[in-house]
Amino acid sequence: MLDKLTFPQPYLSLLLFVVWQFLSDGVSGASVVMGLVLAWTIPLITHGFWPERPAFIRAWKLPGYMGIVLMDIVLASVSVAKLILSGRNPKPAFVSYPLTLDHPLAITILASTISLTPGTVSADVSDDQKLLLIHALDAESDDEVIKDIHERYERRLLEMFK
Amino acid sequence: MSQIAEYAVVFLLLTGGFFTLVGAIGLARLPDFYTRLHGPTKATTVGIGAIVLASVVYFSTRGEGIAIAEMLIMVFLFITAPISANMIAKAAMHMQIEPTEGTRGRTWDQ
Amino acid sequence: MITIALQITIAMVVVAALLNVYRLIKGPDAPDRVLALDTLYINAIGLIILLGISLGTRMYLEAALLIAVMGFIGTVALAKYLKRGSVIE
Repeated sequence: MLDKLTFPQPYLSLLLFVVWQFLSDGVSGASVVMGLVLAWTIPLITHGFWPERPAFIRAWKLPGYMGIVLMDIVLASVSVAKLILSGRNPKPAFVSYPLTLDHPLAITILASTISLTPGTVSADVSDDQKLLLIHALDAESDDEVIKDIHERYERRLLEMFK
Repeated sequence: MSQIAEYAVVFLLLTGGFFTLVGAIGLARLPDFYTRLHGPTKATTVGIGAIVLASVVYFSTRGEGIAIAEMLIMVFLFITAPISANMIAKAAMHMQIEPTEGTRGRTWDQ
Repeated sequence: MITIALQITIAMVVVAALLNVYRLIKGPDAPDRVLALDTLYINAIGLIILLGISLGTRMYLEAALLIAVMGFIGTVALAKYLKRGSVIE
């Protein structure tokens, strides 16, 4: 029994542990024990649903990335709010974004980031995972959108997944 | 409750209400489906996030210990909002809903 | 001061919910209605949290969490139904 006391998915276990501490409003003896039990059993039970290993190489860069994204989310909401309240009609565009990332999880993170940040929603990924279709709410030119996303987000994700 | 915490709660509440309202106005006012998608994914998510933070600050400064379980709601919304937006956008493209006039580029469906 | 701010915020969120209902009724297409429902449940979470603050209790927290989870699954299921014609393949 004790030889099974391993954490095959350390990130998932850590996530479950932290979520449980949040749910029980802060760290206490009981919540730590329960959190450890959950962090051990849930990955074991759901083992079959996770076909791929996570491919983070530099996971410690993730908090910095999330900080940047959080800042951008607030800025994005202000700019969208301005546009909505200004009463003018936006200039929308569909932009095909060429992906240089190839890991599925990395693409998912990039697409989610795009959806939450200034004036863009990611709509679809092509079947060969080379193109990302983006809808921009108010874009002057396609190249600007592509350059912006590459400089701000994809470069950082490329450093994390290799 | 200290004065600063009170101001913080009031500020967060009003910000949250404002963004929620803006998101809904965007949903009601913008011309086509794809532009309407932008209001809820950004403004409403941030709005509810601010309201949740207001609740965290309010209950944490009452002297009955910290109250951070609400943060989970915010984290969950921030993770799920882009996913549901993406799913609905895919469905709309599949149904070949036309974008508004003056949209550059075009949808694809596969 | 918090009481007044709470009332103003609740009023704003209720107006927001009414605007969502307007989009829900007007449509014109099914994805618009799904989007309106999606926004509506997020607003409901906000209203529940505001109710909790104004009553000074955290009892409704679980309800808000459950609505967040169920609403997301509902939206995904509806979007999937629109795209594929079935939810579980």
